[in-house]
Amino acid sequence: MSGLTTISRTPRATAQADGKVASETLSEIWRALETLTDPEIPVVSLREMGILRDVRGDASQGYEVVITPTYSGCPAMEQIHDDVLATMQQLGHKASVVTQLAPAWTTDWMTTEAHEKLRAYGIAPPLACATSAAHANASGSKTHVLTFAKRTAANQNIACPQCNSDNTTEISHFGSTACKALYKCLACLETFDYFKPY
Amino acid sequence: MAASSHADAAHIDYLLHLADNAVVLGQRNGEWCGHGPVLEEDIAMTNMSLDLIGQARMLYQHAASLVGDGATEDSLAYFRDAHVFRNYTLLELPHHGALVGYAIDNRDYAVTIVRNFLYSSLMLLVWDRLQNSSDTQLAAIAAKSLKEVRYHVRHAGDWLVRFGDGTTESHDKAQAALDHLMPYTQEFWSASDFESGVATNGIGVDITSLRNAWEMQLQDTLSEATLQIPTAGGFITTGKQQVHSEHLTFLLEEMQSLARRHPEGVW
Repeated sequence: MSGLTTISRTPRATAQADGKVASETLSEIWRALETLTDPEIPVVSLREMGILRDVRGDASQGYEVVITPTYSGCPAMEQIHDDVLATMQQLGHKASVVTQLAPAWTTDWMTTEAHEKLRAYGIAPPLACATSAAHANASGSKTHVLTFAKRTAANQNIACPQCNSDNTTEISHFGSTACKALYKCLACLETFDYFKPY
Repeated sequence: MAASSHADAAHIDYLLHLADNAVVLGQRNGEWCGHGPVLEEDIAMTNMSLDLIGQARMLYQHAASLVGDGATEDSLAYFRDAHVFRNYTLLELPHHGALVGYAIDNRDYAVTIVRNFLYSSLMLLVWDRLQNSSDTQLAAIAAKSLKEVRYHVRHAGDWLVRFGDGTTESHDKAQAALDHLMPYTQEFWSASDFESGVATNGIGVDITSLRNAWEMQLQDTLSEATLQIPTAGGFITTGKQQVHSEHLTFLLEEMQSLARRHPEGVW
């Protein structure tokens, strides 16, 4: 038992060595945080999701890691908070996590890599918020009411992440989590999650 | 000094009003968890409750920072009694039509949907205006909540059209729910001291100024749903001024009992 604990401790001391340039330490922190993923979508990193906003401070004062919540009630935020702190602790840094509300998180902050990874994972990535709003207005209603003729999503270009067909339809506005809607592909008949523009 | 503490009190009451609205409706709609009419709706309703409870948490956290004195989001949500809550009476009503006090009935999804529609249509306008609040934290919360309430309005509006323009039975149930709930919306437009207080100093919105826009939104959806807007009249409820219906105590009892029985509990 005691043998196991000593093994993991030794390399940490050098990581904190004083001679290190501040920017090197910062990029080391970013690299370490890059391994953290959204607990709900384990293929996309917090940075790619736009949740991880900033790292500031220095070794003597300690670091502040700035994260921003996705949905108000997103239950993953506490996990993310804990994951960030644990990572900073592993690096041997004094750190706190700051949750910043403004500017409000938007799916537009997701990187192109994130979109690709989502698609590969089986989740259709979000349309840009402006595009989505334009579609809502084009459908002619101020309150976004849908008509219940079987409406395909083809005019919204929500492509099936499995077969890439545009011939898809919305089953439910709310899918496995608040941030996703449930869609069905009418070509390959698979259901899939669509990450809603937010 | 007196003037500024009076202004602070209105500010705190306003934040608590917004927070209590969100937490009470979130808790009420959470009753559908595991009992939704179809699986997708079960999930939709609980996801929207999650949004509301998340909004309530941010608002309570912010209010707690102004209240001071060791207040936390938990003390405000779990350790205040019904007679100090400031939510609209509309939001505490059970999911069925008017009954005598001791009667129980099955939940009626039409009541749930109509209430969500009436309230989210209002909040769509309120959050939009509050993005410009002079309280920057409230403005930040509003910007997030606005994104969420857009989906809530869309959800409720879709179902309202489906019910109203559906079968005779679904139409009648939706109309009955609307007739039952509409009088409670009069409370939106009756002025209260704390609302007037925050409207004048730029923290809050002058809620009465939103009435026309709200009614136009209603008109749009309800005419598509082939439903008649009843004339709201009669008694004006006073939940936001801390005088509630008999239903709030039961709702809070269920929500608060765990925290009160195990005040230091963590998991």
